[in-house]
This record gives sequence, C-alpha cells and structure tokens, in this order.
Amino acid sequence: MKKFLIPLALFMGLVVFLAVGLQRDPREIPSPLVGKPAPAFSLPTLVGDQPFSPADFKGQVWLFNVWATWCVACREEHPLLVEFSKTQSVPIVGLSYKEIQAADQANGPLNDTDKLALARERSLRFLQRLGNPYKLSVMDLDGSVGIDYGVYGVPETYLIDRQGVIRFKHVGPVTPQVLQHKLLPLIRQWEAS
Amino acid sequence: MIPELGQFSLVLAAVLSLVLGVFPLWGTFNHNTSWQALARPTALLQFVLVALSFACLAYAFLTNDFSVKYVAEHSNTMLPKAYQFSAVWGGHEGSLLLWMLMLTGWTAAVALFSQSLPLAMVARVLGVLGLVGIGFMLFILLTSNPFDRLFPIPPDGRDLNPLLQDPGLVIHPPMLYMGYVGMSVAFAFAIAALLSGRLDAAWARWSRPWTVIAWAFLTFGIGLGSWWAYYELGWGGWWFWDPVENASLMPWLVSTALIHSLMVTEKRGSFKAWTVLLAIAAFSLSLLGTFLVRSGVLTSVHAFATDPTRGVFILIFLAIVIGVSLALFAWRAPEVTLGGSMGVVSRESFMLLNSVLLVVATGAVLLGTLYPLIIDALNMGKLSVGPPYFNLVFAPLMVPLLFILVPGTVAHWREAKLADMWMQLRWVALASLVLAIGLPFVWGSWSAGTALGIFLGMWVALGSLNNAIERLRKPGRIGGSFWGQHLAHFGLAVVVLGITGVKSFEVERDVRMGLGDTVTIAPYTFRLVDMVDVNGPNYKAMQAHVEVAKNDQVFDVLYPEKRRYFSSAMPMTEAAIRSGFWGDLYVSLGDPLPGDKPSWSMRVYHKPFVPWLWTGVLLMVLGGMVAAMDRRYRKRNVAAQLKTAGESLSSAA
Repeated sequence: MKKFLIPLALFMGLVVFLAVGLQRDPREIPSPLVGKPAPAFSLPTLVGDQPFSPADFKGQVWLFNVWATWCVACREEHPLLVEFSKTQSVPIVGLSYKEIQAADQANGPLNDTDKLALARERSLRFLQRLGNPYKLSVMDLDGSVGIDYGVYGVPETYLIDRQGVIRFKHVGPVTPQVLQHKLLPLIRQWEAS
Repeated sequence: MIPELGQFSLVLAAVLSLVLGVFPLWGTFNHNTSWQALARPTALLQFVLVALSFACLAYAFLTNDFSVKYVAEHSNTMLPKAYQFSAVWGGHEGSLLLWMLMLTGWTAAVALFSQSLPLAMVARVLGVLGLVGIGFMLFILLTSNPFDRLFPIPPDGRDLNPLLQDPGLVIHPPMLYMGYVGMSVAFAFAIAALLSGRLDAAWARWSRPWTVIAWAFLTFGIGLGSWWAYYELGWGGWWFWDPVENASLMPWLVSTALIHSLMVTEKRGSFKAWTVLLAIAAFSLSLLGTFLVRSGVLTSVHAFATDPTRGVFILIFLAIVIGVSLALFAWRAPEVTLGGSMGVVSRESFMLLNSVLLVVATGAVLLGTLYPLIIDALNMGKLSVGPPYFNLVFAPLMVPLLFILVPGTVAHWREAKLADMWMQLRWVALASLVLAIGLPFVWGSWSAGTALGIFLGMWVALGSLNNAIERLRKPGRIGGSFWGQHLAHFGLAVVVLGITGVKSFEVERDVRMGLGDTVTIAPYTFRLVDMVDVNGPNYKAMQAHVEVAKNDQVFDVLYPEKRRYFSSAMPMTEAAIRSGFWGDLYVSLGDPLPGDKPSWSMRVYHKPFVPWLWTGVLLMVLGGMVAAMDRRYRKRNVAAQLKTAGESLSSAA
C-alpha cells in the first residue's frame, strides 16, 4: 500500500514548490551592481552642449531611467513617471538607449552626427507630446553605457543614492505598485541617510 | 451579437460538461443505465456547442470585429486572411478555446467510436473527460474570456505577434494540443479502469489506439515546433531546451513509455499498475506544461502574459486533477493482480527497461526545467539551467534506450534466449558497426561520438528492416501494428542519424558582408549580389540576394529577409534555406553594420542532415497512425466482450 502513495507524495511536494514559485516574479533579476558605485560615463544630453556624468549629481538621491521612443513598454510607464516628476521628489535622469535602430539604417548606415541629430529630434518630439519627466536625458546611441549598467531590457530604472551608489534596480515598466511599495520607501530611506 | 452567441454557447457547453461529469459517473455507482446512457449524447452536444463558440470567435476575427477585446489585441485589418483565422489561437484566451475544442472533440470521438465498449465503461470514460472539461471551461469563463467586449472600439487592431505569422505556427499549436489533449483520453481510460476496479487486458486494448493517435499528434506537434524554430528564429538551431519545449517533451517521453507498457498489459496482463501510473503521468505532464506556459512562472520565449490569477487557477486545477487521480491510484492499485511471470531476458524485461529509461529521462528534464523555480522558492538565488545540463543527462539515457530497442523487438515474450537473439541480429550488429566506423570518414572527420551516433541510428534502422524482411518471409497477414511499429522505429533511427550528422558536421559562419563579398564553406561559395527593399502586406523588408556556387558554378540564389512589421518594433528574421537530401544551406540576414561601405552581418550555415530530422519525425507520425488503424482494434472482440460482461455481472451481484 505504502509504495503506491509515493507518486502522490512526490506530486504534493511539487505543488508546494509551484505555489511558492507562482508568488515570485521570474523577471525580477538581482543586479550585481546593487550596492556598487554607479559606473561613470560622460554622454551628450538631449538639449545643450554640456555632457552629463553621474558625478554631477553627487550629494542627492536620483533615479536613472532607461528608455527609447521605440520601446512600447516605456510608453506604458511614461504617464506615471510624468506624474511622479511633478511631485518634485527626486530628479529623474533619462538614458536614451540605442535610439537609432537597424531599421533607421535600412538604406545604409548613418554617421554619428546624423544619428545624434535624428535621435534628439525624435526623442524631443516624443517628450513634447507625452510630457517630459526627465531633469535631463543622456544619449547612449551605441548602448555602451547600457552594457556597463547591465541593461537587460528597456525600460529599466535604477535608484542611486547621495554617494553615487546603486541601491535598487527595476526591470520592466514602473507600475504604481512598484512606485508605492518599492521605489518610494527606498527613496525616503536613502534621502534620510 | 455573434460574439454573445459564442459566449452563450460556451456557457451552455460548460453546463453540459457538468452534466457529463456528474450523471453518467453517478449512474455507474447506482447502476442506473439511463444515466449512463446520457454520456454519449451529452458528449456530442457539448462538442457542437464548443465548435459553434469557436466559429463565432473566428467570425469575429475574419470580420475585423475590434469591439471584441481579444480580436483587437491579436489582429489587424492588414493581416492576411489566413493569419486572421489562425490568430484565433494566437493568444491566451483563444488558445484555451482551441484546447477546449480539442478536448470536446476527443470526447465526442470516444462517444462515436466506442460501440464495442460496455456502456458502464463508456459512461466512466466520458464522465472523467467531462470532469476535466469542467475545469477548463471554468478557467476560460472566469479568467480568460475571449468574448469580452472593448469600449471605445479601436479603429484598428494591434496585429498578431509577427513571430506567429508563419505557416508553421498556423498548425503547430493545434497539432500539439491534439497531442496534449489526446492524453486526456488515455488518462480517462485509466481512471475509468481504476474506478471500476478492473484493470484487465481489455482496458489496455481499448485505450491503445487512442493513446497511439495522441502520441502521433504530439510527435508531429513537437516536430513542427522544432522546424518552425529552425527557420523562423534565424539562429539555425532546432532544439533549445527552452522550458516550453521541455513541457512538450516530457509528456512525449512518458507517452512513449505508455504505448509500450500498454502493449505488455494487453498481451501479458503485466505492468498494470505501472501502466495506469504512466497514463496519469502523461496527462499530468500535459497539464503541467499548460501551467508552465500559461502562468508565466518560468520565463521563456513562449511566455505570453504573466498573470498570477490564471496561474493560481491552473495550479489549483492541477492539484485537484492529479492529486485525486494519484490518491485513487494509491487506493486501488494494491488490489491489482500480478500478470504472467517473466524471465530475466524476455520482451517484458526489455519493455520494463524502456519504461525506466524514459521515465528517468523525463525526471531529468523535469528537474532541469523546475530547478530554477525550486532554487528561487527556497530563496537560494536566481539561476537558469541551460543546454549543457540537458545534453549531459539526456544523451547518456538515450544511448542505452536506443541500444535495447532492437533486441526488444526480437525477444520472445515470457522467456527469450540470448543465443537466438544474437543469431537473428548478428548481421545487423556487424553492418552497423562497419558503417559506424566507416561513414564518419566518408562524411568528414572521424570522432567517437559521431561513430556512436551512427552506430545507434544504423542499429535501429537495420534492425527494423531486418524484422520486416524476416516477417515478410513468413506466411500470414501482417497487421497495421507491425508496420506501424517498425515504421516509427525506422523514423526514430532517421532522427538519430540526422542529429548525429548535424551535430558532427555543421559549419556556422557569422560574417560581415558588403555587396560583392563572398564567403566560402567548402565546397560552397556564397556571394552577396544585391540588397533590395520589399513591401509585404503588413511589413517592409530588406531582402538580400545571395548567389550560391559550387565549383564556380552558380546553382541557386537565396533571398533572406529582415522584416519590420508595422505593428511591432522588433525586426523579424526570415532565413533563406535551400534543402537537399544531404542537408541545408542556410543564410540569415542580420543588422546593417556601421562603416564607410554599406555592409551587413550575415549568418551563413551549412547544416547537413537537417531534413533527416523532419523526415524521421514524419515517419514516426505515420508509424503511429498506421499502428492505430490496425484492424484488430476495430473488430468487435466477442471473446473479450463476453469476458467483461461476465465480470460486470459478477461485480454487480
């Protein structure tokens, strides 16, 4: 009799794991960069000639948001970011990630100046139409800064503290729940420290 | 109005599932034959209603009714008509409706083709299928209704995922579902047998053709999926050990074990409890596959929508169906009598080994698939299990499996003599060995792995041919199951040879090419001659013209494309493939590269033996079909009927 209960017992164990697994988000990926200083870079911004580097924001807590006009999920989170920026809580810096895609070069590759001009024009149009949540946005055309930050998919959002250390990373669109239960408490915590 | 009609018939069908799941089964407990007789008409009517509901959804797609949310999310006015139809199962809700259509279809087929079965058995089998149906009906109606309306009505739909706009993907899900859902019939027979307390040869005989047909569909579905991944994803791979691929492989492995084990149960009356357990496992793994795909609990290329509510629902359903079945098994299996005795060397022992190896392989795949989830659940971090693990554990299990296949087909039931078997197989063994040593030199370079693969492939292929020739020399009619068995085994051998060939001799070149540039994979030379813009119905594409030459003689032009669908930001790769008997030439176009002169990244592959994979799979499918059509299963077996009738009388008394 007992041996015929083995399949049932094994299955029960499996169900427990599946039930726990269901509560997890497989897309929540721990970043090895959390707790490490934000990688340095110097990139041109969307407007103006001054390049930006993370050291410029030392002494304040800020959000670093990876986006692009071609990214559908970015449109989803955009209104929330705009609302959030109105609260004047912390500045959001945008990282315009690989704005120029293969399709833009279908008729032959563009040179770097043309790429930057096209990317700026398109991004500005996007922000004018949907609102601009960014204090400033830097242009990462070749995606090299994205690689340094371990960008896994657009959009992504990083929380960086006063010392320039990455404290949190969120992959995928920021939802009201993520903002309420993760980002805001962390912002408060790191602003206080 | 039409979508409401679809919704209404779906609700009615759900009510009928409830009727089917309750009354006929109840009738078998209180011996009420009129309640048992309810099973057949209810099953048929249920199918008609679900088909009507499915037709309504298809109608909404074909008429671009974007007031239906599901249509707006998965179709578009520019989408070609054939894809508008296949878009019905292009998303979660619709594919569940397709699933339900298949389930009620199988149920109706059992109702129609079960004339030779005792009424009580029919009532039990259809009742169990009705119970399974209730779960899926509730799942559709409560969490994933395809008929939900949308307001305001959008002017145009969002379009079908470009990855799914492909002829292979039009038929891949229906075939796979036919296989998955077909396992529910084998499952229903097993549960019916447990409920009746009569696990006998008759039960095994009834469920054999159904199981084999489901197995053939599953094989075909998996093959199609692999074929699709090969030419559509543009990576030139045909199996990725992706969680969803694994989810289809596991029921396949178990059902392969099941069709062999059923044979032993039918012929010798042995392995009864084991066979029932395999039938439960095959269906459970099909359900688990659905859970993994539909709940988003694992990430994969197939992950459509992550929706925890749906996940919780399927998990509860899974727990009830499988939990109750296994509890029933634990309760009833101890009463099962042992079958005839078997020798250490006998066909039974080979079949047992076959079962064990296949089940262990399933366990290895299951462990690899769920390991990331288990580690995460235990808070031990996030990780993924990749092809190295699967190749490492899977191949060593397949080697002995393929080896014992051949002696298993010549061994006698009950007691076999090794000397006899050797006499039958010595030429096969010798020929396979010679080919294994020689062929790798002819085809390229020799390595032990290649030789082993060729040996196993030839061993199975020649073994099957040898059996067929031996049998033809004897008098008497040869049944479909004989031909089916050897056809399927031969197909498996072709697959093994194909895998060995492509793994051993494939050449992959990822190159940068400008106009006029060439790349050579001996003896072929590929030259990029032109790059043009092409306009499709709902996409624009860059098309490369690549001339292929052999010994400076141009013999073909390949046209790989990079497509950009209007609805999606993701560019799609359409590889160009020239297939021949000995292999494929495969070119896929990558992104334009920066530089002074226009140039593009290109993947140029020589993939020998790949067509053998698809040919082998088709032979296996054909073998399954031929075996299931054996006249034996259709004849009313008077002796068996009298026997079971007598038993039901004695159990009623």
